[in-house]
Amino acid sequence: MIVPDTVPRGTGQPLKGSLKILSRLRGARGALGFAVAALLWIATFAYAGGQGAGATLSTALAFAAFGVIVGTGQMLVIASGSGNFDLSIPSVMTLAAYISMGLMHGQDYRLAGGFAVALAVGAVAGALNFLAIAALRLPPMIATLAWSFVFQSLAMNLGGEATIKPPALLSEFTVFRLGGVQVMPLFVMAMTAVMAVVVKRTVFGRHLLAIGQSERGARLAGIHVTRVRLYSYMLCGIAAAVAGFLLSGFTGGAALNMGDTYMMESVAVVVLGGASVAGGEANPIGIWGAALFFNLLAILLNTFGLDAGVRLLLTGIMVVLIVAVAPRTAGD
Amino acid sequence: MPEAAILNSGSHSLWPRRETLETALPFLALLVMLGIIFAVRPTVFSYFGLTLLFKLAIPLMFAALSQMLIINLGEIDLSNGAFVGLVTCIVAVYLEKAPGHAVLLLVGTVLVYVAVGWLISVRKLPSIVVTLGMSFVWLGCAIIILPAPGGHSPAWLIDAMRWKPPLMPLPLWTALGIAVIGHWALKSSSYGIVLRGAGANPKSVARAGWSLVKARLLLYAGAALLAVIAGLFLSGITTSGDPNVAPGYTMLGVGAVILGGGTFNGGVVSPIGTVVGALTLSLASSVLSFLQVAPVWQIGAQGLILFLVLAGRVLIGGRRL
Repeated sequence: MIVPDTVPRGTGQPLKGSLKILSRLRGARGALGFAVAALLWIATFAYAGGQGAGATLSTALAFAAFGVIVGTGQMLVIASGSGNFDLSIPSVMTLAAYISMGLMHGQDYRLAGGFAVALAVGAVAGALNFLAIAALRLPPMIATLAWSFVFQSLAMNLGGEATIKPPALLSEFTVFRLGGVQVMPLFVMAMTAVMAVVVKRTVFGRHLLAIGQSERGARLAGIHVTRVRLYSYMLCGIAAAVAGFLLSGFTGGAALNMGDTYMMESVAVVVLGGASVAGGEANPIGIWGAALFFNLLAILLNTFGLDAGVRLLLTGIMVVLIVAVAPRTAGD
Repeated sequence: MPEAAILNSGSHSLWPRRETLETALPFLALLVMLGIIFAVRPTVFSYFGLTLLFKLAIPLMFAALSQMLIINLGEIDLSNGAFVGLVTCIVAVYLEKAPGHAVLLLVGTVLVYVAVGWLISVRKLPSIVVTLGMSFVWLGCAIIILPAPGGHSPAWLIDAMRWKPPLMPLPLWTALGIAVIGHWALKSSSYGIVLRGAGANPKSVARAGWSLVKARLLLYAGAALLAVIAGLFLSGITTSGDPNVAPGYTMLGVGAVILGGGTFNGGVVSPIGTVVGALTLSLASSVLSFLQVAPVWQIGAQGLILFLVLAGRVLIGGRRL
């Protein structure tokens, strides 16, 4: 449904004009993420006198991988229509990590079972989120927030304040290198490639974008809106669970606040990566650009040795500037 | 909605109108919670007990009303809690020693807040991401001003928050006062229709000859001022400043607005409902303590309370949120 906008917006015009060329490029905002990330990378090793370019990039890739996993889940939810957000991602990460790490007791042979349980926890959490949205007709933001309180409580009961150690094999996998190249980010890149095909070429992907663009139109076209949206929330829960599982291997254990930063990051990477919060768009590849931007920015600001306050201030200003200056997609 | 509601309400039946029930819902939730507390500990219902019970609701009510003005525009402010935190830091560090400095800083933050709101509406930016970014900006500024919790609020502010007015405790007078003022400003004054219209149907408002620019700027400025007041009072109650004092205010404020009958569609918000919603949410953790719910379950139980209260709307067949 395209509603022509007749409200005068005079002050927006000069800025808009200057960005005309950029906005002609499709998915230009997604490309902007990569461009800014590349600039930050160059700035970081230039500051260090040309040293550590490879190390900087590989650190950024490893940390960005987690942001990309949860961002991809959030992307599916956001794409399913305006107002759809999953704010329970951090709590699902923590809960899945606690349950699976608790079951594995640090034993390598239980790794596959633990991973399966983590996936199941994520799927159930996603289904519960959607159930509250559909059955209680709550705004997704409120429903997922309320569930996140419940999930958080469950995790606290299971693990308390303690950190539960992961199996050694899981920790080794998350930092494993093959010929100097980290393997885990490669797996996440493969997931991104699969997801790019899923949203563009599969029935589920086309249905998802269709209901995001016009729920009424999709319903009239015979698409099971409820089912498609349920799947998107379940996949998001699964993504959060996978991220929680891997992150506990990477950081040495499941901890209560392990997911805290990912609520904001999951939403920000989707939007900075080029998709619209209005739904109906998906940008699996752009998410990498945005996630790399965030992590390279963090590394750069750390390299400069700035105080925590200044780092936060600059990060915030960068986010606002990129969203404000980037060319807008049709759905915004 | 108004025309349709008036037309539908024509039938005279003993069962109250759906709209009446929806308005009553936040009050019912509050009464149920007070009922539970009364059943467990009747002595709470004294002037002193109620003051303690609702003391922390004062800043939350202002923060929720601030969020309400933004939700009225069909947007959301995820930086609200961080903004309130920054205000407590400015108040605790500067207001006593250098009042001029403090006022300048507060005016500056209000101007930045309005400017960002303006940027969101002019460029049609996703408010959820821009305000997430701004929450980092406010938190960063707060940490630069006051790296660790501390400072000292001016004595007059602390005394003001300890004031014992006649008849009712201060939190209840505050609730009554801002509910009445809010209702007048948004629901019964003639310009309030323009303010709500700016969120519900900006095109019609513009075509009717009203300035959308003015309406939007007024709403953003109002939201910023209410958040400043929330921070000021919070710092008066805690007697100090803390950058991380109020991250919960963001979502509690949104919860209060929705609980009070608001929706994310724009133009549908209720100041009275929001104030009652904020009182209800601030009671939730007290109720759980009175019921001796184990601390590890308290957060989860708060989520369930949110579900229970909002599910009430489904039962009375209310509109989609």
